[in-house]
Amino acid sequence: MKTSKLQWSYIFFVYVFLYLPLIVLIVFSFNDAPTGAVWKGFSLRWYEKLFHSSTLISGLINSLIIGISSATLVTIIGTLSAVTLFRFKFFGKNFIISLLYILIMSPEIIMGISLLLLFKFLSLSLGFQTLLITHITLCLPFVMAVLFTRLSNFDIHIIEAAKDLGANELQTFFHIILPSIFPAVVVAWILSFTISMDDSICAFFTSGPRFEILPQKIYAMVRTGVKPEVNALSTIIFGVSMLIVIVTQIMLKERKR
Amino acid sequence: MKEHSLFHKVTIGIIVLWLLLFALIPNIIMFVVSFMEYDSSSFVKAVFTLDNYKQFFSDNYFKIFINSFKIAAIATALCLIIGYPFAYILARSKSKYKGLLALLVVIPYWTSALIRTYAISYMLAANGLINTILIKIGIIDAPLKLLYTEGAVIFGFVYTLLPFMILPLYATIEKFDFKYVEAAQDLGASKLKTFYHIILPLTSPGIIAGVVLVFLPALGLFYIPSLLGGGKTMMVSNIIQEQFTTSVIQNWPLGSAASVLITVVMGLMIWAYYKSSKSFQTKVL
Repeated sequence: MKTSKLQWSYIFFVYVFLYLPLIVLIVFSFNDAPTGAVWKGFSLRWYEKLFHSSTLISGLINSLIIGISSATLVTIIGTLSAVTLFRFKFFGKNFIISLLYILIMSPEIIMGISLLLLFKFLSLSLGFQTLLITHITLCLPFVMAVLFTRLSNFDIHIIEAAKDLGANELQTFFHIILPSIFPAVVVAWILSFTISMDDSICAFFTSGPRFEILPQKIYAMVRTGVKPEVNALSTIIFGVSMLIVIVTQIMLKERKR
Repeated sequence: MKEHSLFHKVTIGIIVLWLLLFALIPNIIMFVVSFMEYDSSSFVKAVFTLDNYKQFFSDNYFKIFINSFKIAAIATALCLIIGYPFAYILARSKSKYKGLLALLVVIPYWTSALIRTYAISYMLAANGLINTILIKIGIIDAPLKLLYTEGAVIFGFVYTLLPFMILPLYATIEKFDFKYVEAAQDLGASKLKTFYHIILPLTSPGIIAGVVLVFLPALGLFYIPSLLGGGKTMMVSNIIQEQFTTSVIQNWPLGSAASVLITVVMGLMIWAYYKSSKSFQTKVL
C-alpha cells in the first residue's frame, strides 16, 4: 500500500501539534517583548536575566548535584545487583524482581508521598539526603532493566573460563563482566541522570525548602504566569537534552556493533 | 553452584534492604495511615477509622474523583483517536525514513513534561500565539479564554502523553502480518469489516498498552491541572498534592486514602492488561 498525500498530511499535522509549542517557546525566548506573541525584534535579554536569576541558577546547581550523585550511586548499586541477579538463583529472587516491577509501575506521585511518609516516620528532615534516596529508588528499576537487557545476551561461558583460569569474584567482575557491559552502564547512568533532572513530581514531596531543585523553582515561577527567562532556560534545557540523546544514540549504536 | 561469596551476599543484601525499606515499607505505611485519624499536631493519630474513605465517597471529593477519571478518560480516548491512524500510516509506509519519523515522535518527550506544560500555557494564554493569530486574521475581536479551562487541561494531557500512545501502537502494527487482511478481503470482507474483525483485535495489545500508559500518568501529573486549569479543574492528584504539601491543614490520612484509591485503580488496570495480553497470547499464538 502506498501512503497517499492525504495520509502524509495527517502525519505532518501531528508533528506540527507535537513540535509547535516547543518551537514557539524557543523562538519567543529571543523576543524583545516580555509577554505576548508579537515579535518585537531579536534580543538576548532573557538569557541575560536568566544568568542573573539566583533562584533559577541555584535550582539548576541543586539539580545537577542531585542528578550526578544519584545517577552515580544508582548505577553502582544497580549494576552490582543486576549482575548478581543475572548470574545466580537464590531464595527470594522473584520477590526482588516483583518489587522492581511495583516500583516501575507505581505513579511518581504515589512514590513521592509514600517516601514522604517514611521520612516523616523516621523523623528525617527533608533535603538533599531524602531527595537522593528518592531519586535512587526512582531510577533503580530503569537501571536494572537496561542492564538485564544487555546481560541477556552475555555469554556466560566467558565467566566460567575466567574462573577456570583462577580469577576470583572481584577480578571476574572488574576484568571480564564490567568491560563487556560498560556501554550499558553508561547508558544507565545517562538515563538516571535524565530521570533525576526531569523529576517534577517526587521532588515536591521529598525535598524541602533547604534543597529545591530546578523543576520546583520553575513550577513556583510559572504558576503566576509567563516568565520569559523560563523560556530561555527551556531552550537551553532542550538543546542539552538533544545533545544527551544524540550521544546516547551513538553509544547504543556502538554497543550493537 | 557453590556457596555464594561475600561479594554476592553484600550486593544481594544492599538491593534487598533498599527495596524493602524504600519500596515496600513506604507503601505499607501509606496504606496504614489511610486508616488512621487526622491530628493537627502530629499529622497522624494512631486510631483506626474508615472516615478518610467515607469522606471520599460522600462529599465534594467524590465529584473530583469522578471528574479526574472523566478527564483522564477523555484525554486517553483523544490520544487513541489521534494516535491510531498516525501509527497505522507510519507503520505501513514504505518510506526509508520510517525509523527516523518514529524517533521524531519521541524527541519532544526528552524535555521535561513540566516545560512542555509551560509551553502549552504559553500558547493558550490570552495574549498567546493562538489568540494573536485569530485576532490578526479577524476571526475574533477579543481574546478567547483558552487557558485555565478544563479543555486546556485535556489538551495538556493529550500533548504530554501522545507519544506513550503512539509508540506501543506503532510497535504492534509494525509487527502485524498484513496477509490476514489480504485473506479477509479475498474472502469478500469489506474494508470496515476487515478493520473491525481482523486489524483491531490483532492490534489490541498495542491499544491496551497505550491506554494504560496514558491513563495512569494522567491521574498523577498534578501540575498539568494546576498550571493549565488554574485551580478550577481539580483532580485527585491535586488533592493529594495539597494535602501533603501546600494546604494549610495538611490532612495526611485523607491524602493517603486518595493515594490508596488511585493505587487500587492502577493495580486493577495493570491486572486487566496482564490478563488480556495473556489470553491474547493463548488465543492467537
